[in-house]
Amino acid sequence: MPRESPDLAPAGAPDDEPAGTRRPRAAHIIGQNIGLILALSILLVSVVVFTGLFAFEQRRLPGNFEITSSVNNTMPLALAASGQTLVVLTRGIDLSVGGVIDLTNALAAIFLAGSVLHMIVVSALILLVGAAAGLLNGLLVGLGRLQPIVVTLATLSIFQGLAIRVLPQPGGSVPTGYTAVLVNPNAPSALLFVGLAVLGWMALRRSRLGVAIFAIGNDEQAAITLGIRAQRTKIIAYTLSGVLYAAGGLFLAASATSGDATTGDVYTLTSIVAVVLGGVSLFGGRGSAIGAIGGAFITTMIVNILFFAHIDPLYQSFYEGLFLVIAVVLGAAVGRLARRAR
Amino acid sequence: MSAGSAAVGDNPPAASGPAAAIAAQRVGKSFGGVEALRAASFAARPGEVHALVGENGAGKSTLIKIMGGRLAPDSGTLLLDGRSVRFAGPAEAARRGIGTVFQELTLLPWMSVAENLLIGREPRAALGLIRRAALAPEAEAVLAGLGITHIDPRALAAEISLAERQIIEIARVILRVPRILLLDEPSSSLVEREVTWLFARIRELRAAGTAIVFTSHRWNEITSIADRITIFRNGAEVGTFSGIDEAEAITLMTGRRVEARYPALPAAPAAERPAFELAGATLGATQDGAPGFGFSLAWGEILGVGGLAGQGHRELFLGLFGAPPFRRSAIRVDGRPVRIARPADAIHAGLGIALVPEDRKSEGLLLPLPVRDNLTLPILSRLSIGGVIRGGAERRMTREIITSLGIRTPSAAQPVGALSGGNQQKVLVGRWLLAESRILLLYDVTRGVDIATKHELYELMARLAGEGRAILFYSSDTEELARLCHRVLVLRQGRIAASLAPPALDAEAIVAAAMREAPPPAAHAA
Repeated sequence: MPRESPDLAPAGAPDDEPAGTRRPRAAHIIGQNIGLILALSILLVSVVVFTGLFAFEQRRLPGNFEITSSVNNTMPLALAASGQTLVVLTRGIDLSVGGVIDLTNALAAIFLAGSVLHMIVVSALILLVGAAAGLLNGLLVGLGRLQPIVVTLATLSIFQGLAIRVLPQPGGSVPTGYTAVLVNPNAPSALLFVGLAVLGWMALRRSRLGVAIFAIGNDEQAAITLGIRAQRTKIIAYTLSGVLYAAGGLFLAASATSGDATTGDVYTLTSIVAVVLGGVSLFGGRGSAIGAIGGAFITTMIVNILFFAHIDPLYQSFYEGLFLVIAVVLGAAVGRLARRAR
Repeated sequence: MSAGSAAVGDNPPAASGPAAAIAAQRVGKSFGGVEALRAASFAARPGEVHALVGENGAGKSTLIKIMGGRLAPDSGTLLLDGRSVRFAGPAEAARRGIGTVFQELTLLPWMSVAENLLIGREPRAALGLIRRAALAPEAEAVLAGLGITHIDPRALAAEISLAERQIIEIARVILRVPRILLLDEPSSSLVEREVTWLFARIRELRAAGTAIVFTSHRWNEITSIADRITIFRNGAEVGTFSGIDEAEAITLMTGRRVEARYPALPAAPAAERPAFELAGATLGATQDGAPGFGFSLAWGEILGVGGLAGQGHRELFLGLFGAPPFRRSAIRVDGRPVRIARPADAIHAGLGIALVPEDRKSEGLLLPLPVRDNLTLPILSRLSIGGVIRGGAERRMTREIITSLGIRTPSAAQPVGALSGGNQQKVLVGRWLLAESRILLLYDVTRGVDIATKHELYELMARLAGEGRAILFYSSDTEELARLCHRVLVLRQGRIAASLAPPALDAEAIVAAAMREAPPPAAHAA
């Protein structure tokens, strides 16, 4: 179409429209990823502090053992936080994380045995159990249009109950070969799974589904107007989260080499902590699973730091809470500064 | 009702032959027992610009939503190219070639302009993955093709101005090349130049055979672009016209004759006893070190503030009200210096503000609460004894204000969100009258208000000035400023670029002062 009509460009006056002036590209990238940048910075600082404390105590730098155990200890939370991120991005919240991990952890402790093929099949089935749990949440939230906090509070109890039914007493066992593959105690090979999670996140971010998840977290009504199927998107997001929690349950079982139907409970709250530390907005539509994984590693580093600072383990949660408050205040302050700098 | 006499019109809309690209036939729609549309008919042909006009609540937006697939009609039929259709949602309507800009904007705030613009048609690489790095360059190119070069595609939608958001919203629909384009109040937040841009795009689409349906409350816009006009009243069409003058249209819209568009202003007040004086105020970060500006406002005066969007009007009004205050300035009320650090100080000094938020939902009114609570909010302490509100006094006072301002509401208990825009604005004004504010800051109170209700607001303002109140009035409608104000200040880049008073005061002078490259020596802006 030929056009002989006026453009909207400010005519000949460079400063005509303050709103039209462009900020440099880097400013956009930093401004729009401030939560992620902050999370990775806090992670870096906590690693440095830990290294310093460790070197002071042990007269050497942290080695393979320290790195490996930190990574392995973080894996269940990193996966749980990734799943929680998907839900939080849709402007929901998932309290059933602990229940799903309890259940899948218990199932793993009982059924993981025998041949490699058998273990692969059992693992896949356990991931499917996680998917089913997530699907239940997704159906209630998506189709039932119920509040996520209420739905997942209820399903948390249901999954916890099922876990106790599966494994009434702590026990069962996980074959050492399985442990070696998932959480190799001799090398931080589990980082490979972190890499996979990051790759998966980046693919999701570039997929139709990813756009839909972000869109409904931004403004569900607008997203629907734009042709995004909000109900279906939520159902898929919760289901995928369930799979990630189940993977967390498998890693937990592999590290513990046995099962306990209650050890997963903590992940409900710690996954939310990791998501918040990772800069994911609890109001939905903003954030990154990479940040949440970073948040998971931060919580591990805080525990490590407290250990080497000889803090009584009884006070551990006190200090964890303190760090969380500091991180959140810091995040809000940086965000406000970034906005004012404009 | 004198509908017949005014009709210059041609074919009645019900007779939507095969020529109509989109037509509604006897469409009805109710919301919770309230009929928004009652057997309304409408038809738009390919290659025409068809304006839908009517008061707020006449059913225009509902009809647009039905044609855009956002709502399903309760009764009647929707015809697309003469065939009956039912849309499952806006996405299906879009697939059938109907592009809609709804009144509620649908940009996703925390996603970039580029992501918003290209949603659903992003540049993709292998495996269908979006090439995120290519989003901004592609958006840049697409926008440039539409003549938009001043909006940064990398910015978040939340970071750009309301007018820019509106433009992106329109661009998003246009670039999908709709056969039928529905625009619900597309120009309400645009200034002249942006409206010119929009109309240029509309003319291109019309030349290409698109059927364009739009709603607007600005009559000059309607007459400048519409080929035909359909007037709606009370949920049904009154008629379709090719040529009709404003007075006739208003009569048809309201069912009553509105005598004059603008009320007679009370005599220009004596300036020797100023109600309000401001000095040394600065707006915006770029004005650091600037000398600052000021003005004075007399009792009984309506002082207009005009200028292009984004020149500091909002900051000025909020600053005067202490939300947040100016960094440095001197304010005198009735000759006495006053420190306004927060809204409570402003209220105490006798200032009241009716600030209609740009998106009309976030500030000012508590939409789910009743009209009564919204009216009495600032004076609750005066209305209560020991923390308990005196219900009788509250009811009596609110009843009086509802009557005297002509707020159209079934009762004082009605949630204010259920009122039409113009009546919500009246509630905002009424709140400060109850609070005995003698200086009223009215920010864009007429935006998005239908012509008849606008008229009531004009009369209200003239009456309040006549009673001796001082009014500072910002409007994006320059005609309105020129006709309703004793004086008009034109803001440009956070400064007063001109102060216009009769006989130099007219709409053209305001526009000229707003656009001028260098501000002229301030005339009498003391």
